[in-house]
Amino acid sequence: MILLINICKEKLHFYEFVKPVGDILVKKKIRGFIRHYTCVTKKDLDKASKVIICGTSLKDDYFVESVERFSWLRDFDRPVLGICGGMQIMGLVFGGKLKKKTEIGYFKENFKKKFLGSKGENEVYHLHNNYIDFSKLDFDDFVEGMVSQAVKHKKKEIYGVLFHPEVRQKELILNFCNLD
Amino acid sequence: MILGVWRERSSCDLIKMKLGILFSGGKDSMYAAYLAKKEGSGRKNKIFSSDSPDSKEGSKSGDYEISCLISIESKNKESYMFHTPSISRVREQARVMGIPLIVVRSKGEKEKELDDLGRAIKKAVRDYKIEGIVSGAVESVYQSSRIQKICNELDVECFNPLWQKGQKDILDELIRNKFEVIVSGVFAYPIDEKWLGRKIDREFVREIVKLNEKYEINVAGEGGEFESFVLNCPLFKKRLKVVDFRDFGEGNSWRREVKVR
Repeated sequence: MILLINICKEKLHFYEFVKPVGDILVKKKIRGFIRHYTCVTKKDLDKASKVIICGTSLKDDYFVESVERFSWLRDFDRPVLGICGGMQIMGLVFGGKLKKKTEIGYFKENFKKKFLGSKGENEVYHLHNNYIDFSKLDFDDFVEGMVSQAVKHKKKEIYGVLFHPEVRQKELILNFCNLD
Repeated sequence: MILGVWRERSSCDLIKMKLGILFSGGKDSMYAAYLAKKEGSGRKNKIFSSDSPDSKEGSKSGDYEISCLISIESKNKESYMFHTPSISRVREQARVMGIPLIVVRSKGEKEKELDDLGRAIKKAVRDYKIEGIVSGAVESVYQSSRIQKICNELDVECFNPLWQKGQKDILDELIRNKFEVIVSGVFAYPIDEKWLGRKIDREFVREIVKLNEKYEINVAGEGGEFESFVLNCPLFKKRLKVVDFRDFGEGNSWRREVKVR
């Protein structure tokens, strides 16, 4: 059972940032449920075999003020994938700081190591004003460049992508869901 | 899949966010407007009982008011950015919706037309105090990323409620929600002038799906295979009627200019 976490403040953003991820799962008959980040309970986390923290819009960064709501990430023992804002939350929880960088649209990114099935040059869809520099954190970086684009925690099954895989890298999401 | 069932109601912001709809009069921008209106009205979602934010227990904010429609009248019929509707018929749609319409004219020159879009959004911010833009972008990153950039520069929220939606799902939902939509332009083989004026109904969906299988025609016309015009939908106070029309074109590129009332 995959738990999708919605971090959007605006209800209308659900259709753009959460539903497309849910649709990818539904098409493959992967079971899951959705919670808004303000409503996630211990019971929800216990029920989840994996968690995806979805992204949100350029202007919507209210989650930054509520990062403590994600403190469960430090002790969670199952796989987590953070997308864009979700990745930023992961970085903040593990001690990173937000930095400014606006990237909107398709960009070519080079995966130097295999990351949830993606390797080599990939065209990815970016939509962010901020990022976290994971280089000084306990994470491995999988994409070349100054901005951390795809990371994995060194000891935990915690993955983060700054781009939106629901647009061009749907397989990445499915590979995450199919992790043992 | 237990989608969209929030566990508890968050504290709600009671101030409605004023929205401007990027509006062409076609099915996508109209359906995007419909979703914005529906999420803003507090009515329970009837489109997806299982995969949309339940209005009762949604995220923190959520009430929206459509303050204006924004249309770009492009001189370039091949515009990459804008569906190029007859503005007179868009005015009729705005009238039956009871929503003010902003029209900005554009020469439709690639990239420069973005300045015109920026000008239109600025006008909407100034005249109607909008805080967010709603677009009907589905798959086009060219279109959506440019709208996102303009909104980001102007510090305005950007909503794309149809983003990444399945092509057939859009048509199915239009029909289910009683949208009366006709084909107003055709631009790809084997769709020809016989499709002009045709209603998007179950039979249309069956046929276009077959064409998708054989010719890879995008079922929702996202690749510009066809354009549409909405004659009636839940946002209208009165149904529009086609009182006259003229067809222009040749081969597999035809456009129908309709006069509606």
